Amino acid sequence: MASLKDLKNRISSVNSTKKITKAMQMVAAAKLRKAQDAAEAARPYAERMAGVMANLATAMDGPEAPRLLVGTGQDEVRLLVVATADRGLCGGFNTNISRLARERVAALTAAGKTVKILCVGKKGADALKRLHADKIIEVIELKSVKALDGAVAGRIGERVVSLFEEGAFDVCEVISSQFVSVITQKPRAQVLIPARDAIDESVARPDLKGAIYEYEPDEEQILATLLPRYVNTVILSALLENAAGEMGAKMAAMDSATRNAGELINKLNLQYNRTRQAKITKELIEIISGAEAV
Amino acid sequence: MADKLHFDLVSPEKRVFAGEVDMVVVPGEDGDFGVLAGHAPFMSTIRSGAIAVHEGGSVTRTFIHGGFAEVTPDGLTILAEEAIALDSVNAESVSAELTKARETLSMARDDAERAEAEARVDKLEALLAALAH
Repeated sequence: MASLKDLKNRISSVNSTKKITKAMQMVAAAKLRKAQDAAEAARPYAERMAGVMANLATAMDGPEAPRLLVGTGQDEVRLLVVATADRGLCGGFNTNISRLARERVAALTAAGKTVKILCVGKKGADALKRLHADKIIEVIELKSVKALDGAVAGRIGERVVSLFEEGAFDVCEVISSQFVSVITQKPRAQVLIPARDAIDESVARPDLKGAIYEYEPDEEQILATLLPRYVNTVILSALLENAAGEMGAKMAAMDSATRNAGELINKLNLQYNRTRQAKITKELIEIISGAEAV
Repeated sequence: MADKLHFDLVSPEKRVFAGEVDMVVVPGEDGDFGVLAGHAPFMSTIRSGAIAVHEGGSVTRTFIHGGFAEVTPDGLTILAEEAIALDSVNAESVSAELTKARETLSMARDDAERAEAEARVDKLEALLAALAH
């Protein structure tokens, strides 16, 4: 049986762990609110952008349409942009995203396609490195980033677009986590390029009442400036949802860790008291039987 | 004016403005244009500059950078990379930043840096011009 001193040490160590997880939970809760606000604030822009793209995509449907919109006409090489968090200790958040990524890689490889991976966030890269190190072409870490904004997404977007223009891939998918609620995050894969395939049919198109759009300068030029921006927008909203999801998952994970620590402390306390009691009883018996023997 | 125009100004970070206004003057790529209620469907890219929102006799000006305007029967939507309320900045600090940006430009080592600095200089110049207006 463990000695009293050992038990005491154990209790105080679990206690400090509990304090840490409690603090992390509260930090995550505060950050979650911020991240959630940011994700929600970005939604109108993304929705409007999708609406505009849907309009333009229906207007532009010919061989002269930009390749970012209609694709290369092939589907040989797929680029997976796997967006995860940079930090761990957030439950199954990163694991779920990288599992989906691995499944996609397996499915695409089975279909005879070449897969390339661009990792955003360190944890996804760590998880995928073991199995698919040869497929990872680049890892972008977000650690140095203070605030997720258009500039960060722009950097990633530019990279993706320039890879596309070099002909490094035909179809691009983004794998990230969708923020459903504080306790639910669903990993999902969405097509980014060609943009036409990404446009949800359900996106509401404004009723023009028979009128037709006028464009200034013209459709091609508008698309040329709009498409890269569209790519950035999709990436930004994926990153923002990820950030909110990470904090939600972290909060839940730290909450259960705190609860577990509490339970463990109760158990250890009980054991400590029992041991102490047993020791006292034993001493009493020794004294009494000693006195009787005299 | 009987009809009001529904106007949305959104940037990637947030919805900057949403509401009913009389008229919005937008700096389009090929020239400024005003949008009133009932405008024909229209799409245009925007050059950096100030949009003027006319509402009940007063005019609010907001600087937008890198944007896109869409007019539908429902109203006007402007998607702006960046939106800065002109009341929130003053000319001195902007010209100070501009000087700094020009220095960065002159010290740029490679093309990427140069392009970035150039974009910054252009933006600040446009902002300064909008302020002087």
